[in-house]
Amino acid sequence: MKQGTIKQILLLTDGCSNHGEDPVAMAALAREQGITVNVIGMIDDQATDERGLQEIDQIALSGGGISQTVFAKQLSHTVQMVTRQAMTQTLQGVVNEQLKKILNKDTGMESLPPDTRGEVMEVVDELGETANLEVLILVDTSASMKSKLPTVKEALLDLSLSMNARMGSNLFSLSIFPGKRKDTEQLLDWTPKLDSLTSLFSKLSPGGLTPTGPAIREAISQFKKKRSRKGWLSGGDEYIEKSV
Amino acid sequence: MNTSRNQFNIGRGTVIHGKWHSQAYLVERLLGRGATGTVYLVNGPDGAAALKFSNSLSITAEMNVLKAFAKVQGSSLGPSLLDADDWESGYGVQPFYVMEYIQGPTLSAFIRMRGSSWIGVLLLQLLENLQTLHEAGWIFGDIKPDNLIVSGPPFALRCIDVGGTTKMGRAIKEYTEFFDRGYWRAGSRKAEPSYDLFAAAMVAINLVYPERFSRNEEGIKQLEAKVRQKKELQAIAPVLIKALQGKYSSASAMRTELLVSLNSETKKKEPVNRRSAVRKNNGRAIYKQKRKERGLFTLAAVLFIAVVYVLYVLTELLI
Ligand SMILES: Nc1ncnc2c1ncn2[C@@H]1O[C@H](COP(=O)(O)OP(=O)(O)OP(=O)(O)O)[C@@H](O)[C@H]1O
Repeated sequence: MKQGTIKQILLLTDGCSNHGEDPVAMAALAREQGITVNVIGMIDDQATDERGLQEIDQIALSGGGISQTVFAKQLSHTVQMVTRQAMTQTLQGVVNEQLKKILNKDTGMESLPPDTRGEVMEVVDELGETANLEVLILVDTSASMKSKLPTVKEALLDLSLSMNARMGSNLFSLSIFPGKRKDTEQLLDWTPKLDSLTSLFSKLSPGGLTPTGPAIREAISQFKKKRSRKGWLSGGDEYIEKSV
Repeated sequence: MNTSRNQFNIGRGTVIHGKWHSQAYLVERLLGRGATGTVYLVNGPDGAAALKFSNSLSITAEMNVLKAFAKVQGSSLGPSLLDADDWESGYGVQPFYVMEYIQGPTLSAFIRMRGSSWIGVLLLQLLENLQTLHEAGWIFGDIKPDNLIVSGPPFALRCIDVGGTTKMGRAIKEYTEFFDRGYWRAGSRKAEPSYDLFAAAMVAINLVYPERFSRNEEGIKQLEAKVRQKKELQAIAPVLIKALQGKYSSASAMRTELLVSLNSETKKKEPVNRRSAVRKNNGRAIYKQKRKERGLFTLAAVLFIAVVYVLYVLTELLI
């Protein structure tokens, strides 16, 4: 298998979308193009909105990813865990496909005896360590997220720390929704490290609608743009910081 | 996939049959639940054992680590792996593995019962085990007192959760924030010896701060201050601080210095104790001296009588 790139959208939100396309459909659209959608639902101590939780689960389900709801305090740990588990899940899917071909059966890893399963797992692990990872982070900045943004910032710095300990390369990109004039606004173009995020976050002024669906659609196009620009983005080490 | 808790419950007397190796295990009782796994005390073909259910990924990964541990000569840190199989139960197919049952209190409970003078000694044991593990190319990762069990006597430190063990050079995947140097902004999450040594120092800190504490903006300075504040850690503080700063390149280097500081601890006890110790010593010394004097007196008396007697005999003979 060639050195693969894993593409993920990481959506951080605290509630229901209320504008534009159905985010569940948009997540399915991403999945069709090999992009996994993971969702972190940030909940308060107050009674949580049942519909919001359902939407969170459904986006991840149709986006082929993982969803997890957390209290703000556990966010850092959860964000890196979800990203990593989703990577493993993707890789395992790839390996399972290969296995099906080899075994010529419609069965996956579960049908193997435990010892062989262990060997397959070792391959998945190795791939997870060396694969290139591209994560587009989508942060909900509607009014209710205001108090949670400092924690989001911490969690994203932590994610960059975890992922950069791997041998494979990483690229992160950060967008917020709603944007100032559009549904989505890119804050940070593809970059291997998220350190510059600290200054960007302090300038945010949360408010407005929650256009989750349009944000996912826009995110998909960011992966495309990246490809077409690769030609002149030398090495990928440089990044462009968009004004807020 | 869902990351939520593994919920199922199995009662005493349930028999778990392995699909591949056809062993049977009789459930005795629940031993504990973690974030993902559930562990039961079972009776198997070789007697008592611990049987763990979890999601397929964790089970397989941990099984791999335990297998690798078995190849590491002289490391007794993890439990030995006895079996790995699938159980076709009413809940669907459940992957599980069976390991050695490790009995004893957790490190935190042990220190609570026996006192802080055990911290240094058990830390020595931990470092020795880590050295063997590192030499074999593995980093433990998720070291914390809840995962460490003191079995015995003779007391030996064992670890019951090997889920965080990572090949050297890769990225640490499982950690607990308080023990993670990334969280304290004291370094990367790369699996290297200094990662484990940082966590080992944090274990010592946690033992004297059972409530733990969260980080402020000072990073490692905060930890250094916390170490210095506790008199229980006074003797080993310089070693802990060096480990926090990532200055040890190997567990054995840290162990050597820890040993030196533990050996010299008896000489320079903390002030309050020292005074009473001195007084005690003085008392004993005076008493000893008196006894010595009395001995000398007896000796002198005996000699004097002997001399007098000899003189008497001589005079008798001469006259
Ligand atoms: N070999 C063993 N011998 C005795 N008790 C054990 C053993 N393994 C596990 N236990 C008990 O089961 C509990 C849960 O096990 P473990 O910590 O492995 O689960 P986990 O889901 O992997 O946890 P974590 O949340 O730490 O990842 C432990 O706290 C301990 O009490």
